[in-house]
Amino acid sequence: MTTATPKNYADEYRDPAHARAELARIARLAATLGATRDKPISIMEICGGHTHTIFRHGLDRLIDQGIEFVHGPGCPVCVLPQARIDECIEIASRPGVVLATFGDAMRVPGTKGSLLVAKAKGADVRIVYSPLDALALARKMPEREVVFFALGFETTMPATALTLLQAEREGIKNFSLFCNHITVPQPLRVLLQDPMMQIHGFVGPGHVSMVIGLEPYEFIAEQFRRPLVVAGFEPVDLLQSVAMVLTQLVEGRAEIENQYARVVRKAGNPQALAAIDAVFEPRASFEWRGLGEIEWSGMKIRGRYAAFDAEQKFGVGYGGTRAATAPELADCRCGEVVKGAMKPPDCPLFGTVCRPETPVGALMVSSEGSCAAYWQYAGRRVATAEASV
Amino acid sequence: MCLGIPVQIKSITDPDKMLALAEVKGVRREINVTLVSEPAEPLEALIGRWVLLHVGFAVSRIDEDEARITLELLAETGAVEEELAAMVPQ
Ligand code: SF4
Repeated sequence: MTTATPKNYADEYRDPAHARAELARIARLAATLGATRDKPISIMEICGGHTHTIFRHGLDRLIDQGIEFVHGPGCPVCVLPQARIDECIEIASRPGVVLATFGDAMRVPGTKGSLLVAKAKGADVRIVYSPLDALALARKMPEREVVFFALGFETTMPATALTLLQAEREGIKNFSLFCNHITVPQPLRVLLQDPMMQIHGFVGPGHVSMVIGLEPYEFIAEQFRRPLVVAGFEPVDLLQSVAMVLTQLVEGRAEIENQYARVVRKAGNPQALAAIDAVFEPRASFEWRGLGEIEWSGMKIRGRYAAFDAEQKFGVGYGGTRAATAPELADCRCGEVVKGAMKPPDCPLFGTVCRPETPVGALMVSSEGSCAAYWQYAGRRVATAEASV
Repeated sequence: MCLGIPVQIKSITDPDKMLALAEVKGVRREINVTLVSEPAEPLEALIGRWVLLHVGFAVSRIDEDEARITLELLAETGAVEEELAAMVPQ
């Protein structure tokens, strides 16, 4: 981009006056729509990063204007089901295996504990920042089997894909991926088909959209007649996006719009899409915590790269005889929260046994999970207020 | 994990593997630049440019102002330190 940037560019997205103007605009639009605290307009922010911005800057108080945020399934660590953690631990416990993972995944509970527990019991689990670091481990330890716990939405997929292609070029044989990549659009379709669903519009994820562009969201506008606005991460970005969603509602439009055009292109990133397509193909079905099996929502490694597919190599998960869905804990409400049908403080475990230090459900594990965000910012108020009653 | 952090590309270290040295706040690491390269452009054209780094891969070119506000935002939440600590391979 060669367009000249105004000097006050940074301030433009921080400026309290600008934020106030957006807030006033939101209040006007909300009033036009007849939104009230009791009959609010519900807007789902899909991305965990946005959930954080909302709490950090107190945007959840927009409920006073009749705008309610519903926190979507946008944290890839949080929606990993227990069965996938169990399968990952099974691979990590095989002799000779080094399991490399992002730090976020260490504490996600499976039915028999987390990777952290597995490590304490002797499995060789190592935290890496990048799949490239996992590949470097494989180069360094040719006598070991290095497995990378690949997870994440479309933002992370190109990194995993390019790492696999690099391993192939180098002829590295002791490297594979336990693939848990998932896509954003498919669960949205499921949520929209749910008769309980009361979402009027969406704020779309910035970084995922940087990879996939705007086209994959079209069905939301065309088939389900809901507006979606892809948003940046500054508080003013979010406010502007909410105002854009409301404007569409007032004008009776349902379109996919881009508030984050300074980073997100309409067609996404062609190199990234090509890398994803070269290595991955959609799975017929993949399990999500709280949402169950969702058709075409996960990615698997294409047959020609089977040598790098840990599920094939070790005969676990969808590549082996997959155990039926592990039952989730009785009082855990992760499923309802992920669906947007319940707020975190309404879970009986929230703040009592389930806290960031001792997570029961996955939404409390990652700082991007909606329960953790709630606890860190808003929920603590709620929990302590209730405790003192 | 989902966060990206802006980094500035300092030099190209291994053109065959599409690797470059990047720096932010005095922390340096080798990153992959495939996703921000243009077929018609030499890799050296990336030197000095800011990119958004995600799990070791540059995923988008950004301008300097966008880099600055993103760093400020991350600094406020303490996420910069986290990302920087994770970036350095153990
Ligand atoms: S409080 Fe814990 S158990 Fe309850 S929904 Fe949140 S993460 Fe799940």
